[in-house]
Amino acid sequence: MSEAIKQLAERLRSRFPGAAVQHDERVDQITVVVHRAALRETALMLRDAPEFAFRQLIDLCGVDYLAYGDDEWTTQRATTRGFSRGVRRYAGEQDPDRGDPHRFAVVYHLLSLDHNQRLRLRVFAEDTDFPVVASVVDIWPAADWFEREAFDLFGIHFEDHPDLRRLLTDYGFVGHPFRKDFPLIGNVEVRYDPDRGRVVYEPVTSIEPRVLVPKVIRAPGHEQPMAPPTELPVAPPGGPADA
Amino acid sequence: MPEIQNYTMNFGPQHPAAHGVLRLVLELDGEVIQRADPHVGLLHRATEKLAENKPFNQSIGYMDRLDYVSMMCNEHGYVLAIEKLLGIEPPLRAQYIRVMFDEITRILNHLMWLGAHGLDIGAMTVFLYCFREREALMDCYEAVSGARMHATYYRPGGVARELPDYMPQYQPSPYRSKRELERMNAARQGGLLDFIEAFTDSFPSRVDEYETLLTDNRIWKQRLVGIGVVEPERAIELGFTGPMLRGSGVEWDLRKMQPYEVYDRLDFDIPVGVTGDCYDRYLVRVEEMRQSNRIIRQCVDWLRANPGPVMLDNHKVTPPRREEMKGDMESLIHHFKLFTEGYSVPAGEVYAAVEAPKGEFGVYLISDGANKPYRLKVRPPGFPHLAAMDEMVRGHMLADVVAVISTLDVVFGEIDR
Repeated sequence: MSEAIKQLAERLRSRFPGAAVQHDERVDQITVVVHRAALRETALMLRDAPEFAFRQLIDLCGVDYLAYGDDEWTTQRATTRGFSRGVRRYAGEQDPDRGDPHRFAVVYHLLSLDHNQRLRLRVFAEDTDFPVVASVVDIWPAADWFEREAFDLFGIHFEDHPDLRRLLTDYGFVGHPFRKDFPLIGNVEVRYDPDRGRVVYEPVTSIEPRVLVPKVIRAPGHEQPMAPPTELPVAPPGGPADA
Repeated sequence: MPEIQNYTMNFGPQHPAAHGVLRLVLELDGEVIQRADPHVGLLHRATEKLAENKPFNQSIGYMDRLDYVSMMCNEHGYVLAIEKLLGIEPPLRAQYIRVMFDEITRILNHLMWLGAHGLDIGAMTVFLYCFREREALMDCYEAVSGARMHATYYRPGGVARELPDYMPQYQPSPYRSKRELERMNAARQGGLLDFIEAFTDSFPSRVDEYETLLTDNRIWKQRLVGIGVVEPERAIELGFTGPMLRGSGVEWDLRKMQPYEVYDRLDFDIPVGVTGDCYDRYLVRVEEMRQSNRIIRQCVDWLRANPGPVMLDNHKVTPPRREEMKGDMESLIHHFKLFTEGYSVPAGEVYAAVEAPKGEFGVYLISDGANKPYRLKVRPPGFPHLAAMDEMVRGHMLADVVAVISTLDVVFGEIDR
């Protein structure tokens, strides 16, 4: 398996000089990071070129890198105060803009039935306030609902998606719940109001935000993460203009 | 000329044929479907977000509750992803146990599917037959984990415990004769492996019974043949996996193509359909039950002959034995750290997939080196299947919608997550 993966990585590097091709030898999987502007071109090539033939989109998901590498309990040095539970509502709260422009990414998992290979494709949305990525629904029809889900949960907009509605959350839901700055307990709670005779939405009061087990980073090797990369891959020359 | 308008109908979310909580907005021209718009998310629990706020091992139980009719296969996908990132491999015996329970789960799932499919089409009897066999398989779950459905049996590094060498037995009751009691307990005299072996002996004839009821049944065929046809090319484009893809004639099964655990040592066949209609998908699933039975039998034989550990001895990841923990300081520390803080997984990202009964169940895991996953994405097999429903029912009659929902084998625990 590994030899074939290595060859695929080589082919990808020669075909997409503007993209970052990372081969994680530990798990033997390839990640290709492309620039937002080169996404559709790359996707088409990956699907149609016979040496890739990634005809199936297995999965598409959003990722919010806001709190990547943040721990809630520093383990390197001891403190006199120790750890107090639920000090911060969420990791990354102090510095919400830190992730720019690597905060939002869309990750595509592709499968080639012809070559029996998998590939991970990642593209960063760059803009934090209004993350936009081109839609791939016309390239892989399976992307339809996956993109709706990523839009719903992360607020990533997919340009030219035919029907970009919320998918999983409630009708009339406000916010994007899988963003790292969205509290785990939510913003509103519902109850039946007997006076008004209907269900009402109110700010959460019945639950305290708390952390049962603090997030602790101990595993070695987190200094050189595979994501997010430090430099954005540049768009290939002659590619479509930045939207 | 009067203007003719299409009729919009709301189907579900509380409809017995909706297989859970599916709300369908159907646009009808007479009785012919013009457009189907599934509204999902009524069972959305944000499993992935919850998992991001818990140590790795505490989320295994959540995986059971995703696709709640193929519990252990979901655990398998999650555990496999963690193991890949940690770079550990469970002992061989644990791998065989996992494969055996994966296949038990596949039979469980297909039996549930067959029974519900029968009910939707109008065949009550099959449902009762299927639940008879499900009962025995649930007992296997219970014997090994204590829970009949949500087992939480797989752990990174192996499985939670060794297979028990006794089976719980039915107790005397005023409602059962002595003879009846003896018959019910006949297969429960030995250990779990004996019980499973007895099951594999009788199961093929049970599948024959279902087939006698359905396969050549005129009504069954009239309701299924030529309904919801998906061409192989289209099935690939739409992201179909599992029986939905094989029913369309694409020979693709992760157990064969990208074997995990010990599937490459086992002998089994992959059934594929020809026309890609509901009837072919029915035939594929029934044959899969027979093949799963074969796999289970091979696992039982191997497990009998090869005793050994079922969990890794690496106490950074797996808990030490209880006796050791009580007497040995180091074990106590390991135990304490593991159950308070959990283990940290090296930074990186991984995608692990298993061939769940419904298709490819994938887990995409990003770790930043912490004791909790940074991002967990579950790729549920039913999600793209349901997304393609609109296309599958267009031009069909209203009654066929029920057949198509049923053939998709959707479970909202996994689609809504």
